[in-house]
Order: sequence, then structure tokens, then C-alpha cells
Amino acid sequence: MTNLVDTVIILVILTNFMLLGSSRLRRCIRVTALQGILLGILAILMEDGTPTIHLILLSAAIICLKGIIFPFLLIRTLRDLNVQYEVEPFVGYGTSLVLSPLVLVVCIWLGSQLSLPMGVTSSLVAPVAFFTITCGLFLIVSRKKALTQVLGYLVLENGIYVFGASIATIQPVLVELGILLDAFVAVFVMGIAIYHINREFEHTDVDRLNRLKG
Amino acid sequence: MHIEKIINPLLTLVLAPLLFGIINRTKALFAGRTGQPLLQSYYDLWKLFRKGAVYSKTTSWVFRLGPIVGLAVVISATALVPSGGLPAIIAFDGDVILFAYLFGLMRFFTVLTALDTGSSFEGMGASREVMFSALTEPAFLVGLAAISKQTHSLSLTGMLAGADTALWSHIGPVQLLVAFSVFIVFLAENSRMPVDDPNTHLELTMIHEVMVLDNSGADLGFITYAAAIKMWLLSTVLVGILVPHNGNAWIDISTAVAAVFILAVLVGVVESSMARLKLLHVPQILFIANALSTLALILVLR
Repeated sequence: MTNLVDTVIILVILTNFMLLGSSRLRRCIRVTALQGILLGILAILMEDGTPTIHLILLSAAIICLKGIIFPFLLIRTLRDLNVQYEVEPFVGYGTSLVLSPLVLVVCIWLGSQLSLPMGVTSSLVAPVAFFTITCGLFLIVSRKKALTQVLGYLVLENGIYVFGASIATIQPVLVELGILLDAFVAVFVMGIAIYHINREFEHTDVDRLNRLKG
Repeated sequence: MHIEKIINPLLTLVLAPLLFGIINRTKALFAGRTGQPLLQSYYDLWKLFRKGAVYSKTTSWVFRLGPIVGLAVVISATALVPSGGLPAIIAFDGDVILFAYLFGLMRFFTVLTALDTGSSFEGMGASREVMFSALTEPAFLVGLAAISKQTHSLSLTGMLAGADTALWSHIGPVQLLVAFSVFIVFLAENSRMPVDDPNTHLELTMIHEVMVLDNSGADLGFITYAAAIKMWLLSTVLVGILVPHNGNAWIDISTAVAAVFILAVLVGVVESSMARLKLLHVPQILFIANALSTLALILVLR
């Protein structure tokens, strides 16, 4: 079982690499969706023995929301925006890809320093949670298009979820569902906000959003 | 010395040109053509070896030396690569590095040969080759370092003979990551599609082909043959990382050879389904290979 958890976690790391390395917004959205689905699978795998009905429901909710509804909303926004590429991010794709394994090393060191209150399913969970959070933050600060920032926010949230799953295997389902609902509303609102930004300013480059238009 | 150690180098020397035939046939199948005969590269080599070479007056002895050194180097590299559970002829701690840098030596001489002609065209190819190999080298070495750490062995024989089923169930992902990274390196080193287009003779796309434009006759034959052997050796390494062994020598060897052929088919599929990347985007795919190798190393070391 641990082996399977490790495999899924490594796939999560790979989705982070893909997010950092790809310039197409549509592909970024798909990769984020894939990451959401992996988290849903992870939710079931974390539990030893047969999964309870709560867990299955939670996992189904995660997969449904992060794997289907978010990408749908974001791709619809993307279609309205008429942007396909992220042109010239603040930090290049190559640089991001070179930096990310180094950041992962730091995260693994951080994870080993941290003494968690209870045993975790896999020693990789906490480092990968940090790594995913860092990737999310990095996407938010280093990319120009507003849509990538929404993706960064989602990735950040995914990281927090992984961390939560690592310290408490049986979380109250209500809490989880509450967080999912928050994320859903956030994506929904941000999608609409970006659409309006685009209509007002005819672009969604965040570095050009620094002064108000009268 | 055991006689069975000779089998792998012999297979390499005899079967290597067949890989080009298989790749070509796969591509032809995708394009709906009949394609060249499977043995076409043997006919080509035979034709080239019988021809005399033409040397430009501006070239020096370096130009004549290059192809010979290239072939000599890859033939010596065949002695280092184990396959199908059989050990290599020569195995010692750290022969991985010798293996990697034998190809480095070959590249160095190919580049010198290209520069020696004084053609700006070939100089451009040489510069690209050097730039991309600077990125493939760390990916290859770091990936092999991960495998080396995992199998507790510093020689290729130990590293690639360790891929049994027991190891697979323990740390499968590491092997997969390294294998994928080495596959990208394999495509780049052999000048295959996403990095280089082996079919065209346009200056905008070529890397390897452009460097050997001035070579002719037997020299060109040497270069083509050396390229084939290099491809075979790198695919043997890739197969050694992935394919587990059974213990029965005959089954293992035939699986290994079959896997190399399957890899050639895979290269054909990649070439048929992908376009060549823009030159500016090539480093990106090599960065991906580097990231995967590093990830594998991190996973093993942690």
C-alpha cells in the first residue's frame, strides 16, 4: 500500500514539474485537473484497510470538483479571454524546471526536520505537501496572466490538502467539504473577475494592473 | 574469459544497423508507405565502404581522423555494456563514467571534424551539438547515479544486472523516472525527432547530419555505423534499466534484443506522431529530463 501511495505522490510531484514547465494555459488547466484527481485517489489510499463510505464520498467529491468542474469553469473563462499562451513569465520555464528539484530537496529536508505528532503513511507526504504549496506560491508570483494565478491558488490549496491528509488520516468530512466549497466559490468568483478585468482592460497581465483606470 | 561474454558485442556489431531499418519501416507504416527494405542500412554501409573518400583541400589530418576515432570509441564502448544478464567484457567500479565520456570523446572528434572543414554551416551544427550535449550529460549521469545508488554498484554490469523482479516491487518509480529521462537523452543523443530531424538537410533543423556533410565514402560509412552502434548501446542501457531478468541466459538475451527492437519501433512511433521542437524549446525538454533524473536521485537518497 505504501508503494502505491508513493507512486501517486511521485505523480503529484511530476504534475508540479509539468505546471512549472509548460507555457500553454490550457495544458496548465488540464495538469491541475490531473493533480486534483490524484489527490482524490490519494484520499482513499491514505486509509489502511477498507475505505469507509465517508472517504469514498469525499474522494468522489474531490475528483468531481477538482477534476471536472474547476477545469470546466477555467477553460470556459479561457475561451472568453482569447489567450492561449503565457507569454514571457517573470521566471522562465527552463529556470523554473532547474530550480524545482532544488526546492524539492529543501522541502524534503524541511519535512525531515519536522516532528509530526503522529505517524504518517509515507515519509514523502509532508515534503511533497510543502513542495506543492511552494509551487502554488511560485506560480502566483512568477506568472503574468491572471488565470495562472487562479491555478497557483488551486495548487496551493492542493498542497494544504496533502498536508492535512498526512497528519490526520481521518479528518472530519464536514471540514473537508467546507474547504472544497470555499475553493469552488473562489474559482467561480475569480473566473468572473478575470473575465471582467479582460473586458475593462483588454488584457489580463497582472504586471500591468498596477494603476486604476478612471 | 568466458566465451559467452563475446555474445553481446557480436550481437551489437551485427544487429546495430538493423535499428535504422526498423525505425524507417515503422515511420513508413504510419505514413502509409511501403518503406525501404529492412536491411537497407546494411546495403548503404556496404556501398559506402567500397567507395573512395573525397577530401577537401582545406581540411587537415583531423578531418581524416574523426570518423575513425568515432568508430573505434563506440566499438570499445561495446565492451562495457552488459545485456540480458550477461556481464560485460570489461567491468570495474566507475566504468559508467568511462562509458559516458567515451561518447563524449566521439562527440569531441565529430565536432572537431566539422570545424576543420571551415564551413560555417557545419560550425553551426557543431555549436548546437555541443550545447545540447551539455544538457543531456547531467541528465544521463544523474539518472545513472540514482540507479547506481539503488543497486549499490558502481559499474554498469552491476547496475543493469540488478533489475530483477524483486527490485521492481520495492522501488519501481525510480526506475521509471530514470528510464523516461534516459529515453529523452537517447532521442537527443541519437539525433532523433523531437530534438533533431534525421531526414532533412535543411540548415534550420539539422544538428548531427549537418556536421557530417563533407564526409564521404568509407568515412561516412564509419560515421553511420558508429551512430548505429551508439544507438544500440544506449538502448541496451535503457532496456537494462527497465527489463527484469529471468535467470535463463537464452530467454534473457532474446528478451533484451527484442526489447531493443521494440524501443526502435517506439522511436519510430515518436517520430511519426511528433513534430520537431523549435530549437529554442529543445533545452526545455532536456531540462525535463534533468528534473526527472534529479527527482529519481532525490527519491533514492532520501
